[in-house]
Amino acid sequence: MPDDITLDRGRPLTDAELLRRADWIRLQTIDLIAQAGLGHYSSTFSSAEIVATLYYHVLRLRPSEPNWPDRDRFLLGKGHVATGLWPVLADLGFYPQDWLKQFGKVGSPLNDHPNMKVARGIDFSSGSLGHNLSVGAGMAIAARLTGRDYRTFVLTGDGELQEGQVWEAAMAASHYKLGNLVAIVDANGFSGAGPTSQAMNIEPLAARFESFGWTVREINGHDAPTLKRTFDELPDPASEQPVAVIARTRKGQGVDFMEKQPQAWHLGLLNTEQYADVVAEITARMELANG
Amino acid sequence: MAEKKMVDVFSDVERETAMTANPAGFAVTELGAEDERIVTLAADMSNTVAEFIAKFPERYIECGIAETNSVSLAAGLASAGLIPYIYSMSPFGMLKTCEQWRTDVDYNHLPVRLVGRLSGLAMGYFGTSHYAVEDIAIARTMNNTVVLSPADAASCVSLMRSTAGLENPVYIRIAEGVGKVYDEAPEYEYGKWPKLRSGTDVTLIGHGMGVGLVAAAAETLFEHDSVEADVFDAAYLRPFDEAALLASAEKTGRVLTVEDHSVVGGLGTIVAETIARAGLSVKLDQVALPDTDLEVGVPAELYEYYGLTPANVAQKALNLARR
Repeated sequence: MPDDITLDRGRPLTDAELLRRADWIRLQTIDLIAQAGLGHYSSTFSSAEIVATLYYHVLRLRPSEPNWPDRDRFLLGKGHVATGLWPVLADLGFYPQDWLKQFGKVGSPLNDHPNMKVARGIDFSSGSLGHNLSVGAGMAIAARLTGRDYRTFVLTGDGELQEGQVWEAAMAASHYKLGNLVAIVDANGFSGAGPTSQAMNIEPLAARFESFGWTVREINGHDAPTLKRTFDELPDPASEQPVAVIARTRKGQGVDFMEKQPQAWHLGLLNTEQYADVVAEITARMELANG
Repeated sequence: MAEKKMVDVFSDVERETAMTANPAGFAVTELGAEDERIVTLAADMSNTVAEFIAKFPERYIECGIAETNSVSLAAGLASAGLIPYIYSMSPFGMLKTCEQWRTDVDYNHLPVRLVGRLSGLAMGYFGTSHYAVEDIAIARTMNNTVVLSPADAASCVSLMRSTAGLENPVYIRIAEGVGKVYDEAPEYEYGKWPKLRSGTDVTLIGHGMGVGLVAAAAETLFEHDSVEADVFDAAYLRPFDEAALLASAEKTGRVLTVEDHSVVGGLGTIVAETIARAGLSVKLDQVALPDTDLEVGVPAELYEYYGLTPANVAQKALNLARR
């Protein structure tokens, strides 16, 4: 990629391209996990359309200059789905494709959870749930203090919302009128050990964020036109209410047997036969979309 | 004998006394005037930076009583090029938020500064929830964090000034109500301990309030017992002045550490580990807080109860020198 190319906000992306890109993320993810030997499938799959929309349509980026001060920030609060992000950052030119081959190996900049000190294009490290909305609020306040118009997006899981710190951050974001901060909840309904609200009820999510002073959009997190429109219609970064996009998603989306047993595929490894089945299912859908 | 009472260390924010009553607040105001990247944060502790807020209101971020949020939020500010100073009470600053500090600040090498007011037993009769006697043990295991413990007001200002440009995270442990140790603050060199006195009989090392105690004890030892002590101000607990310690320990063969911190994990532990690793045979002793449930009371009385007095330090040093 030539130097200093800025990927602007609102880059053209058809609905079909968005969905194909999400499926491409799923295929890349199963390869990375196969290489490492263990990984988070179903929660990466629930966020695939969200990540595709952000990186191919929404975010203002400069891959040749990952720390460009005016870039939009993206924080992967649910850091365990980084396998879905690594191929995207390579594809956009943040680092060479070769980096993917080192995934999971000692010394690799790319791990199961992202580390900003070693992985180009990572705006902040994550892995400890509940931190990144606070960090994002700090970045959003910094934008105000330094007079920059970048937006900060934080993708959280719904289980992550059980962390008390998230609500400290939610309080601070509306207190400081951070209309440049967008929280996206990948509300797939499951956390590591079972259904999220069975462990600790987090609903009603929209009402909770609204009561904390946020503008809320509750959407289908797999629907391409809805995702694009939601982000296209974000209020100006200079506005005064943070935005929560509650994306209702399906854990394991896009792979039939994972959708049926999302919990079994939170963390695991496909055997050879299952791997072939997943590739066949996703590839067939992509070809159908192409045809 | 005069009755000892709690001292209000919060209310005095007058400009003329700020330097002595609240040196960390004074220092950040001076630094903030020179570098506009400096911002301050506090979780319901805005009185500790009242002067900064008066001068730079837009550069103060009140966090409410939400310490964990304040640390992660500061990490976000630092990642965007700002230099945040978080003012906190040590028990809630370093202890409650230690995982946020480790994961968001330390691991990411971000230049966040945590100023821990009211360390050790300074909160006295407020109770043990308000003590911070484990903070150094925790902070010193964080591999990018610089851990500082100034001896008095002047050294606090000097240390904050000399570390303002560091790219590392910094934890500054503030000792409250300490008297003057230095007529003129030393120019602190990164990772080095100022030497207050030279001697060959025993090595005395303190940090924070312990520096005043070792300095006073050394005076007594010399005047009354003809014992000459090598005396250090361990303002830097990480990085640690290993060279100064080992050279002195080799010379005296006896080291006494003094601190208002648990006997576990603080200066005493660092000294013991360093000496053991170097293979030196040295007699060690500690004046520190015991590894038991602590008593509650007015700080001045607690210090006597736990032997954090010049007389007790001198006696311990004498015992060590004569062993």
